[in-house]
Amino acid sequence: MSQLASEMASPLIFEQGQEGRANRYFQHGAPMTDFLPKETLREDLPVPDNSELDVVRHFTRLSQRTFGIDLGFYPLGSCTMKYNPRVNDAMANLPGLRDLHPFAPDELSQGALQVMYELERSLASLFGMAAFSLNPSAGAHAELAALLIAKKYFKDRGEEKRTTVIVPDTAHGTNPASAAMCGFKVVSLKSDERGRVGVEDLKKVLGDDTAVCMMTNPNTLGLFEDHIKEITDAVHAAGGLMYYDGANANALMGNARPGDMGFDLMHLNTHKTFTIPHGGGGAGHGPVGVAAHLVDYLPTPVVRATLRQASDSDATAVLNPPGDNGQGRPFASDSMTFALDFDLPKSIGPMRSFWSNFAHAVRALAYIYANGAEGLTKVSQLAVLNANYIRVHVAEFLTTPYPEICRHEFVASAQELKKETGVRTLDIAKALLDRGYMAPTVYFPLIVPECLMIEPTETESKETLDEFIAALRDIVETAKRNPQEIMDAPVHTVVGRIDETRAARQPNLRWTPANS
Amino acid sequence: MTYTPHTKRDIAQMLQAVGVGSLEDLVKVPEAIALRAKLDVVPALPETEITRRFETFAAKNTATQAISFLGAGAYRHYCPPAIMTLAMRGEFLTAYTPYQAEVSQGYLQAIYEWQTYICLLTGLDIANASVYDGATALAEAVIMAINANGRKRLLVSRAVHPNYRAVLKTYCDGLDITIDELPLRQDGTTDLSSVKETLASKDHTALVLQTPNFFGNIDTPSADIRDVVKESGTVLIGVVAEALALAALQTPASWGAEICVGEAQSFGVAMAYGGPYVGFMATNKDHMRRIPGRLVGRTVDKNGKDAYVLTLQAREQHIRRERATSNICTNQAHCALVATIYLELLGKTGLQDCASENLRMSRDLATKVASIEGCTLQFDAPFFNELVLNVHAPAKDVLAALQERGILGGLDLGRFYPEFFDCILMAATELTSSADIDALCTALGEVVHVPARV
Repeated sequence: MSQLASEMASPLIFEQGQEGRANRYFQHGAPMTDFLPKETLREDLPVPDNSELDVVRHFTRLSQRTFGIDLGFYPLGSCTMKYNPRVNDAMANLPGLRDLHPFAPDELSQGALQVMYELERSLASLFGMAAFSLNPSAGAHAELAALLIAKKYFKDRGEEKRTTVIVPDTAHGTNPASAAMCGFKVVSLKSDERGRVGVEDLKKVLGDDTAVCMMTNPNTLGLFEDHIKEITDAVHAAGGLMYYDGANANALMGNARPGDMGFDLMHLNTHKTFTIPHGGGGAGHGPVGVAAHLVDYLPTPVVRATLRQASDSDATAVLNPPGDNGQGRPFASDSMTFALDFDLPKSIGPMRSFWSNFAHAVRALAYIYANGAEGLTKVSQLAVLNANYIRVHVAEFLTTPYPEICRHEFVASAQELKKETGVRTLDIAKALLDRGYMAPTVYFPLIVPECLMIEPTETESKETLDEFIAALRDIVETAKRNPQEIMDAPVHTVVGRIDETRAARQPNLRWTPANS
Repeated sequence: MTYTPHTKRDIAQMLQAVGVGSLEDLVKVPEAIALRAKLDVVPALPETEITRRFETFAAKNTATQAISFLGAGAYRHYCPPAIMTLAMRGEFLTAYTPYQAEVSQGYLQAIYEWQTYICLLTGLDIANASVYDGATALAEAVIMAINANGRKRLLVSRAVHPNYRAVLKTYCDGLDITIDELPLRQDGTTDLSSVKETLASKDHTALVLQTPNFFGNIDTPSADIRDVVKESGTVLIGVVAEALALAALQTPASWGAEICVGEAQSFGVAMAYGGPYVGFMATNKDHMRRIPGRLVGRTVDKNGKDAYVLTLQAREQHIRRERATSNICTNQAHCALVATIYLELLGKTGLQDCASENLRMSRDLATKVASIEGCTLQFDAPFFNELVLNVHAPAKDVLAALQERGILGGLDLGRFYPEFFDCILMAATELTSSADIDALCTALGEVVHVPARV
């Protein structure tokens, strides 16, 4: 049977090349032994030569075997897979931004520094924190930064006995893993019957060993922690700090702020909330924010802003000197000059090679420009509307264990369906792939059996949601009629279900030349 | 523009379906925490204005118009346009982490090819699907070493990139690890003479060496030192901040690195004022289950067809939580994709030609700047594409004077090594022209004051 071009596999590049089929990008170089002693050089470079056309065709075919938001709906809970506006990429690729060297002098990098300062000020205002650092590379990296801040803060206060981090059982896996990387002991907190952290349950585990309590709000069940103020008050009364995991920030903008809820530390995944493309798993961007008492601990470098005064060029004032609490600090303007400050004695130090995933800062700021405060408020409202719209319809044919107004995402359970038909959540996920959708997040959070976690985001239309609901309904009805059909899914994808056991037991993690 | 497609009618119908009166009611929070502050962000702009604003920012980055010899961990290399054409395809750009393998075969195969390239370049057995950048790759390698031998001290060469060492310190503060540093030799390589004595107590988890080192010099240990390190149970970690050097120099595996980490920005990734870049990490089979982050494996589907999948996930945070090998979740997939496309386009011939051009231009630079009165090369070890020029005056002042002449002469080494306050770290790549070098030499001739002869 002939194959559609779009389904064609492309052999590994190592099996395609021919010696001498090279592209001419450079001058033919002299032998390297002209420049370096032979014993410092490698003997062979065992990589193939390929024509440019072959490489272009190879990656075009690989792209056609890859599902992205541009191809269809991506209801992936906790990941906020919304449309990635192309103007953001175009801005990040302006030569004056793309080609700037990180060690370029501050006075010749004013545009880049202004981007960083503006984004930092915008995030501080949107989330009610005193200041942010754009240094961490992703959400988990920012969690680590925040916990290092907490560790240093307690050390400076002589409270090294605070070694415990409290993490609800609905938390993302990165939370306990980050805590472990700072030597903290992790205490898991069971959610109550409402799917939330119970204030009294929390109080039982609080003590003078409490360092940090890490929460996300709305939580991973998509539920708003309505007792959040009592929770943050209790943790503060015990002498601990509150950490806000910003993975679910898309539900909040223009509506509530972690700072006002009493959080001392937080991160954002700008690759979720602020439309930076996920790119197949990264690069991300994870600004870390702090309340006033922790500003001096932020990672280095910090962007300092100085107001130029036209009348007297010497009379300048640093707007955010060390120790500044961020309150009332003005937004960036063209009469400011900017500089990177590395000299912060209390800082935890840098988290990465260079200052920030700057190209992503450009994208995030472009998205904020496109929306303004009103637009971002609307974004969160419509994200919540889309989630609830799917929720009420899914409740007609799957269990929704928390049948109340959710935020940007909700969980459903296929437990009943499994009992009735043997069809599991994993099968439903695979059947969705057959119908042209990405699968939701499955089996997370861990406390809901046969869990599907659905987050539609605000960029999807009612028609798309209606079609998705119909597809999900069809899968459930088919499961009741002919369970095997769903258990066999997917059948319309380029490969069927994968032999994961073989992958793990006989790891093949690289191509190996035939003669070795 | 909120990028939301909802009509008023849609919103009304959807609210009715949900049973809520208004959008405001839908997102209501307890009064105590309701938003009161005015949000201080730029009012919404149309796309024309967004573009104008960023073009203004870009124009203010005048460093991008200067003749530049900056390197020091971020390098200007030629990027064939085919890279962006392919990498910016929406299927790649807008995909999530390929957990659903059946609809992610293309991306998984690309990552498998990346893993293979990193193995071929480093000479090691296994590579992961990327980490944030060079500095964090090093920090993760140290965690691997700690997980392997449980020791609480670390030995690091002072010739390792200062930013990488600073990040190591950040991580080690969290892990309660003490860092000891190895001094430099006169020729600009690491002084390893104390290693035998230092490692005899067997309390160092790893020895970290970088080659080419921060000064551009080839800096590999002798066979004797390698034996000492191995016998003491210390993990030898090799760092590469200029990945192009892997196409030319002895592989890290051949000089004894058990773990090799580094920065692959040189493989087609934009400098972008520091990121995103792409860290790589390779190791031998012994460390396979300690490697952090994602791994793609080749296997078959249920019908026996070749297929790729994320594997050995039991190491990872979403399964293991606080017992994971790392907290890492996001990787640098798209930058790794860019690097893979770069490597495939250049191929063996292109990589060797490019490396050779870097060697030629940096030697041209060395010869010409060293012939200027008042300028001498600080070190005499073999180097790749970077060198250290002593200008016998505060480098800061010389660089400022060059800057006024439209030239970024390199990095003031005094920023990280007070004893080298009169030295500039300079890079030349295949994009450096002879005219650039001549312009630098003319300017240096004007600004460097010939020291009084004694």
